Formats: sequence, structure tokens, C-alpha cells
Amino acid sequence: MKIVVTGLGATTPLGGDVKSTWDALLAGKSGISTLEQPWVAQYEIPVTFAGQAKVPASEVLTLQECKRLDPSSQFALIAAREAWADAGAPEVEPERLAVEFSTGIGGVWTLLDAFDTLKERGPRRVLPMTVPMLMPNGPAAAIGMDLAARGGVRTSVSACASSTEAIANAITRLQSGEIDIVVAGGCEAAIHPLPISAFAAMHATSRRNNEPELASRPYDVARDGFVMGEGGGAMVLETEEHAIARGAKIYAYLVGGAVTSDAYHITAPDPEGSGAARAVLAALKQADAGIEDVVHINAHATSTPVGDIAEYTALKRVFGDHLGNIAISATKASTGHLLGGAGAIEAVFTVLALKERTAPPTINLDNQDPAIPLDVVTSPRKLPEGPILAISNSFGFGGHNAVVAFRSYE
Amino acid sequence: MALSKDEVLAGLAELVNEETGLATESVQMDKSFSDDLDIDSISMMTIVVNAEDKFGVKIPDEEVSNLVTVADAVNYIADNQ
Repeated sequence: MKIVVTGLGATTPLGGDVKSTWDALLAGKSGISTLEQPWVAQYEIPVTFAGQAKVPASEVLTLQECKRLDPSSQFALIAAREAWADAGAPEVEPERLAVEFSTGIGGVWTLLDAFDTLKERGPRRVLPMTVPMLMPNGPAAAIGMDLAARGGVRTSVSACASSTEAIANAITRLQSGEIDIVVAGGCEAAIHPLPISAFAAMHATSRRNNEPELASRPYDVARDGFVMGEGGGAMVLETEEHAIARGAKIYAYLVGGAVTSDAYHITAPDPEGSGAARAVLAALKQADAGIEDVVHINAHATSTPVGDIAEYTALKRVFGDHLGNIAISATKASTGHLLGGAGAIEAVFTVLALKERTAPPTINLDNQDPAIPLDVVTSPRKLPEGPILAISNSFGFGGHNAVVAFRSYE
Repeated sequence: MALSKDEVLAGLAELVNEETGLATESVQMDKSFSDDLDIDSISMMTIVVNAEDKFGVKIPDEEVSNLVTVADAVNYIADNQ
């Protein structure tokens, strides 16, 4: 059974939809800026910038939707609706429509706002919608309700690998024969003083407060941590048979998805990269592809000193000398790191790279780390004609590795 | 100074509109919150808590189940200001 991508959706620090995001990405724009919220000064937050959604959800959704959905679910709904419309709003039996939609953290704004309300105004003022708004399956459930998906709505949570894992899970759902369409992806809305402080406390994030747009710089010698972003990405996945039968436009094949785990350290990547390498190999095996078929990789590449090297080590183990022939894009340089939403928007970028035959640029690479001799794309680069394959990697705290593989649609 | 019932109705209609998006004109005295206005129990609790703030009244939880129609709520608020 072949699986195809028929719809894309996104709301990111670069743009409120797929087209504006992709255009800004190709133009080498940065979505990172200084946070103007009063709590930055109030709490003396050590990191004063992030990749905030370019278009606030309140400009897209109704007031009632915003009141009843955590910001993470708001991004999810915006991305999923765009993907669904892009797919032509397919007619499908509700029982054969499923959702696989992730978040890394869930409704952190709702949870912490509610605790503030409890402390300041007492339990009676805690909103009755607090529980459904904070639960991590809230975004998936909101999409499922909106699209009337009755074939199962699931949320896999694996930190920053979450939404790549969601897309990988969609393959299993479709291959079961019980489902015709899966809406898959992920979201995050964690630009809140607590997560920012917590990531800063573990020295995971960049502190380049004076030059926020230069702070996310994967593979550069001066990289000093990741930059938090927010938003969501979604794709409509369906069997090729179903897509052709309804005359859908097709972006690409989804040919592989794999998940492995390191069992090495709760936050540090395995320096040998074995788990990540196994994930890449498993995705390629499922794709029935060889390493030489891969022409493009959207790398996890968060701009942390250790993580970027660990991923390189894993890729070198898998691809050997062929690695030098692969166009590598580290798009977090532009978007920041959307945590549980990162894999989703990067999968969207990977599909577009195949469809448009263009690998997007990696900005801020002024002085490439000699320990990471990858062929990094720094301005939009033409990809070869003919059948080509690309992968997108995501890794998460907990030792999670997830990889998805897409092939061009001829 | 205590608000008139018309003023309470107008204020309550604003709260219903904020919570549900229903037009304020649809919030009329003879309407049932659940059967006519399709307001679920979660929205009802949000409206009740907001009404307590807006009108400076206390509406005990055990009283909420007696507020079936808009008139029930308006009368309760007007009588307990």
C-alpha cells in the first residue's frame, strides 16, 4: 500500500500559513524576535527572545474558540484546517478518518494560568474548561471534533520527537486497512515564563539576547543552544488509491517512518548516535530505499553544541561517504525549535522541498563547525530531477528518535 | 443602587454572548439555557461565576440547577444584589 501527502498546513514564527512560511524560509528570514511581554522583566527571565507565531491565533479563530482552547490547540486547529482545505476537504466516512496529533508539553498556559487563578482568587474561579484545555490530547481532540474524525484520535508524546512520531504512526493506521485518511502533525505553545526559565536552567537555550535573529545557528561554531518557537504543522495523509479515486492533488509519497530509543541518558543524546542511526535505517528499510537514494535531509539540528554533533555522528554512520552528496537543511535556524511541533513543520518543509525540488536554506551559518563537515544548504538549492527521497529527523529528551521518509511523486 | 431586571437581563446577555457567541437579542426571559440556548453545564458554570463578579452576588452551586430559564437567573440576581 502506498501512502501520499495530499494537504499541508502550518502556522509558524515565519508565517500564518504554509505559503507565507515557505516563502519566508526560502527568503532566509528569521522568525525570532525579542519578547515584549511584561513578565520578561517582571521575573528577570534570563532568555528574552523566542520565535512567536507570526500571526496570532486570535486573528484566525473566533473568540469562543480561543476561550475554549489552549493556545497549543489553537495552533493545531489552524494548521489542521489549512491542511484539510488544501486537501480539498475530502469526503470520507468519519469512521475511516483518524487523527495523529502531538504536542511535547500540552496545555502549559492553561495549567499555569489556572494555578495563578487558584492562588489569587480561589478554587471557584478556576475555569470549568481547565482540564480539557490542559490535557496533551486536547489539540488532537479539537481537530477530531472539528473534522468529525471517528476512526481514533491519538497523541503520542515524546518531547521534541512527538510530531514526527505522530506522522510515523499514521503509516500504521493507514496500513491497517481500517482508515482511509489520517490528519497528522503537532503543535506547541510554550512561550511562557516557566518553560523558558526551565530550559534556561538546564542551559539548553541560547542566551544571545542582544541578537535574537542570529541566536538559532545550527552547525555554526558560535551556537550556544536552541531558541524556543511556537506554532503547529499538519498534513493530510491517505492511501494513494483513495487519493486518486477522489482526484486529489498529490505532493509526495510518505514512504517510511521509524521510532527508536537510546536508553542512554534522559536529556543527552547518545554520543555514538546509534539510536538515531537505527531510526534512519529503519525508515529507509520501510521505504525500500538505499542510502544513495537520499538527496536531502531536514535535520533535527537544534543549534545546541552537543546535539548537532551527535546527529552528524549518526548520519555519518548511516550514510558514510554518500553524506557529502546530501543537501542538509537545518530550518530551526529560521523558525526556532517548536518542540512537539517541530517535526510537523519540518515534515511540511521536507515535502515541499521534494515537490518544489528546492532545499531550503540554513541561515546564520557564518563559520561552520569543522567537527560537522556536512554539505549545509545556505541558499535555496535545486534538487535533482527524477525520483528522489528525503528524510526528516526529530530527537527528544528521553532518548526518543523519530525519522520519516518522503519520496517525490512523479 | 440595585440594577433593574432589564439591566440584569442586558448584563447577563453580554455574559452569554462572551461565553457562547450567541447574539444578545436571543437571550430572552422565557428561554431555557439548555433547551433553547444550547448552553452546556460547563458554559453555564462559567457564566454563573462571571455573573457573580459582574453583579456582586453569590450564586451557590446548589442554586445553579434551579436556574433553568433566563428569567430564573435574572430574578435570582435581581433579588440577591
